[in-house]
Amino acid sequence: MSSIGTGYDLSVTTFSPDGRVFQIEYAAKAVDNSGTVIGIKCKDGIVMGVEKLIASKMILPGSNRRIHSVHRHSGMAVAGLAADGRQIVARAKSEATNYQSGYGEPIPVKELAERVASYVHLCTLYWWLRPFGCGIILGGYDRDGPQLYMVEPSGISYRYFGAAIGKGKQAAKTEIEKLNLSEMTCREGVIEVAKIIYKVHDEAKDKAFELEMSWVCDESKQQHQKVPDELLEEAKAAARTALEEMDAD
Amino acid sequence: MDLNMNVDAPHSMGTTIIGVTYNGGVVLGADSRTSTGMYVANRASDKITQLTDNVYVCRSGSAADSQIVSDYVRYFLHQHTIQLGQPATVKVAANLIRLLSYSNKNMLQTGLIVGGWDKYEGGKIYGVPLGGTLVEQPFTIGGSGSSYLYGFFDQAWKEGMTKDEAEQLVVKAVSLAIARDGASGGVVRTVIINSEGVTRNFYPGDKLPLWHEELEPQNSLLDILNAPSPEPMNI
Repeated sequence: MSSIGTGYDLSVTTFSPDGRVFQIEYAAKAVDNSGTVIGIKCKDGIVMGVEKLIASKMILPGSNRRIHSVHRHSGMAVAGLAADGRQIVARAKSEATNYQSGYGEPIPVKELAERVASYVHLCTLYWWLRPFGCGIILGGYDRDGPQLYMVEPSGISYRYFGAAIGKGKQAAKTEIEKLNLSEMTCREGVIEVAKIIYKVHDEAKDKAFELEMSWVCDESKQQHQKVPDELLEEAKAAARTALEEMDAD
Repeated sequence: MDLNMNVDAPHSMGTTIIGVTYNGGVVLGADSRTSTGMYVANRASDKITQLTDNVYVCRSGSAADSQIVSDYVRYFLHQHTIQLGQPATVKVAANLIRLLSYSNKNMLQTGLIVGGWDKYEGGKIYGVPLGGTLVEQPFTIGGSGSSYLYGFFDQAWKEGMTKDEAEQLVVKAVSLAIARDGASGGVVRTVIINSEGVTRNFYPGDKLPLWHEELEPQNSLLDILNAPSPEPMNI
């Protein structure tokens, strides 16, 4: 995993002899060091959740939001360098409003994902720019139904049923694969995502964390919003119980 | 009689244009007269212009202005379709027309009717009159000849017509307007757009019914001479 690209890793405009661009790979490592971010596509919408690692006890709970609304119908969860993430969110919001002004309809999620990916990729083409050190999970609900996309620092973007980035992504992906997403409603999905995040959180290495979740589904009238407080509390409680049951074995 | 027909006047399409939705699609209709002052520059013009495979626009007002707006929008829609990877919606086409009409309202003089079919909304008609408003309507009329059709549509329009009923209604309406509006005339063209595709129809002037006090068309000597048993001329 740790291969040193000595000499070929100084600039994003340099390829290595085996065809890799190391700067992009290093950018991806910044994402891997951040708290886990998960997104799933249920039958009636998208649920996204973030494991927000708390750096200090002095931080106000609820601050440092990691999930942002891009337009009424779509939202973005960011992993990696927070400041880089803010730039991407600003760009996505701008693309969405420009599209709406020019074409008279909300931007299709596929189009939004392509534009975000194209912007992230742009920053891997010039030596005087550095790649974004963040991974994005983009969820939206348009005329073609709910859709989930993930954008990596390289600018690659794919559409997913379930996606995870950050520290616990491997473990999270395994858990997501166990779920029967095509039959699940978003209400159930919220509980499941909370359980997964609590499960993959490493108590030893990282101390406290705050769970942030959002959804866009039929129940939220296809608007992207924070998961309602009572449902969030219900999810957290279910997650803690599941964890205790697991520990009790 | 004023023999000084101003042949140098800008081409204006006096026009009657109509767009009507029916159960499953839309029918667009127009006359075919383009006038420069009192002279009919083109008596068989096609005022129903294609924007994409599934969206057409009826043009009225200044011929040049309506053509240039259609050309720009066709170009933008083409790019949009490529980016989107699927056909553009009627709403998007209408919105692009509207943005051009509104931003250039001081320079343009064109009233447009956008009609088409897409898989999300089905058949839709959007009116974009002179100032650049955008209004989605079940049917709409435009052009100088439309003044004579408001009462007619109030009485004759109904929701959920069949394709044939809708087309008959459009042809009848354009023909009524042609009878009363000097700036409309020629043939009636219709375009029907639905999930199956696009159908263009043509109704020549002499096949249209005669309305109150209209005379039989007396076209030319050739008709009389080519008749099966030529009769002496009736003067």
